Amino acid sequence: MARIELNHIAHSYIANPRSNADYALRKMDHIWEDGHAYALLGPSGCGKTTLLNIISGLVKPSEGKVLFDGKDVSALLPQERNIAQVFQFPVIYDTMTVFDNLAFPLRNRNVPAAEIQERVKEVSEMLELDNVLHKRAANLSADAKQKISLGRGLVRSDVAAILFDEPLTVIDPHLKLMLRRKLKQIHTRFKLTMVYVTHDQLEALTFADQVVVMNEGQVLQIGSPQELFESPQHTFVGYFIGSPGMNFIPCQMDNGNARIANLKIHVGASSKNLKGDFELGIRPEFLKLRKKQENDTLPVTISEVEDMGTSKIVTVNLADHTLKVKVEENREITFDEGFLEFPPEWIRIYADGDLVETGMEKSPDTLELTE
Amino acid sequence: MNKWEDNKAWFMVIPVFLVVAISAIIPLMTVVNYSLQDIFGPNQRVFVGLEWYKDALTDPRLHAALKRQLMFSSLVLLIEIPLGILIALMMPKKGWGASLSLVLVALPLLIPWNVIGTIWIIFMRPDIGLLGAAINGFGIPFDHTASGLDAWITVMMMEVWHWTPLVVLLAYAGLQAIPEAYFQAARIDGASGWAIFRYIQLPKLRGVLTIAVLLRFMDSFLIYAEPFVLTGGGPGNSTTFLSIYLVKLAVGQFDLGPAAAFSIIYFLIALLFCWLFYQVLLKVGTGDKS
Repeated sequence: MARIELNHIAHSYIANPRSNADYALRKMDHIWEDGHAYALLGPSGCGKTTLLNIISGLVKPSEGKVLFDGKDVSALLPQERNIAQVFQFPVIYDTMTVFDNLAFPLRNRNVPAAEIQERVKEVSEMLELDNVLHKRAANLSADAKQKISLGRGLVRSDVAAILFDEPLTVIDPHLKLMLRRKLKQIHTRFKLTMVYVTHDQLEALTFADQVVVMNEGQVLQIGSPQELFESPQHTFVGYFIGSPGMNFIPCQMDNGNARIANLKIHVGASSKNLKGDFELGIRPEFLKLRKKQENDTLPVTISEVEDMGTSKIVTVNLADHTLKVKVEENREITFDEGFLEFPPEWIRIYADGDLVETGMEKSPDTLELTE
Repeated sequence: MNKWEDNKAWFMVIPVFLVVAISAIIPLMTVVNYSLQDIFGPNQRVFVGLEWYKDALTDPRLHAALKRQLMFSSLVLLIEIPLGILIALMMPKKGWGASLSLVLVALPLLIPWNVIGTIWIIFMRPDIGLLGAAINGFGIPFDHTASGLDAWITVMMMEVWHWTPLVVLLAYAGLQAIPEAYFQAARIDGASGWAIFRYIQLPKLRGVLTIAVLLRFMDSFLIYAEPFVLTGGGPGNSTTFLSIYLVKLAVGQFDLGPAAAFSIIYFLIALLFCWLFYQVLLKVGTGDKS
């Protein structure tokens, strides 16, 4: 178990990187606290696997240092770092039995046979592999193979952290849930530092205490699932997290109001000093669709209603802009034209993608979270 | 029953059946036909039953040739397969070095069999050959036309030089196909270079190595051109392998009947060994004991 510190880490696969675009991972600092579960979330090719491989030592960063519990391990090889890594495709040693697979990392480190026996027994029981211990690993199903990959990490008692690189990609959906729960159990039982790479927001949000959202080699936001949902620090985070993602509308800010075409949305006094072109962001969950005009509502036309089973997603047009609104499942949308309310406390204002302003009247629970 | 008799799919099989019949089955039947007769001339033939098979199976010269042949093919496999894997492991995996080494390795495969024989005859000549003269220059007498052992060494070197590249190419392709994650996981597991080879690379190469073993066995078992060009099977009978003996029998002595019986036996032996190799290689390392 260890606290992992990344110190001015950056990586490029090109020998002499010139611009930001040449970097697979742009300069970053981060501390992975001991015993916490983190998720690295982002689209394919955003640099999350590079970041993971830098921690495990498979990739040597072009710049910066990696520290485990304050000790510089930048120069150490993966096998010297006490790291376990589970890959996208299950890696097993085909010709070995499950037992030999699990014992392999210990045998390579010359652990006495009696201790190997004991450790393998313990790990295999926990992963529910004890009934296939003496079968060939090659003949097992994908999820059992992935459990073996995980087991080879857990079997080492001194392991500092377990890194997961999209480990559930090849697993059947109904087994995904079980394996994810298993990972959670292991985390609570052993208090291991875990870093989990995924492009699936549901996986990230359910697995981790802290989610690191990345795009184009850059860390955009690190936060709890709630923070990511309520206050995305970047338009990409808003768009990537949530289903559907956050609505963004270009607007002009003027005297605490956002102007969209000839319409006006009240944002709040704190945004009084903002002037010029911005983007207004609001979650579909927080928009309110009304049949009749009230105070501070804007006229919209309804173009589509999708029934998601637990809720309905209504697509509306507001002065040439398309927005999604989430409404209750049992609500019948019988009208073609309606009115949209933008609760000021859920309005976020962005400039060049970055959050500059949160709405004025914050609800008490979000106030402490966004600080 | 209906499925079998009424199925129009059988018509679809006719073209393939005709091709196989003309290319393989009919010529083979001719050989079977010959092998059962004593042929004196185009219109003079006598049915002799299995006489030629009995003769062939009790022919001490054929036994000797078969022994030589098995010895030769075993040596070929024992040298070419490990050597091929070793070279494939040492070749660069990417960049210009990979392309260059692939071209260099593949060169011997582009040279026709009999040209290879000629090259090596000149190379090994004790008087003017680069290697032959050099060996003699060190005071070691070496002459493939005089010594059976020297002729063997020369044929082996030819064969290994000519065909190890095929094993290299197959093994190289097999190694390239192993996902990077295996090596990364092995590094994290603290595996040594040997363990990586033993538990990842070798098992993953099983498919291509099965092909390599079968191809090299069949080719070496049917070897003809190299020993023929070199010494014509000599000195004495030391490099008279099965096919050389067969040609001597069929063309040299014009004994078509015995040669045909011999061909059939030859074919069956090759088939038997290929089947055995295939069965063994299919199961080795999978834990399947049946």
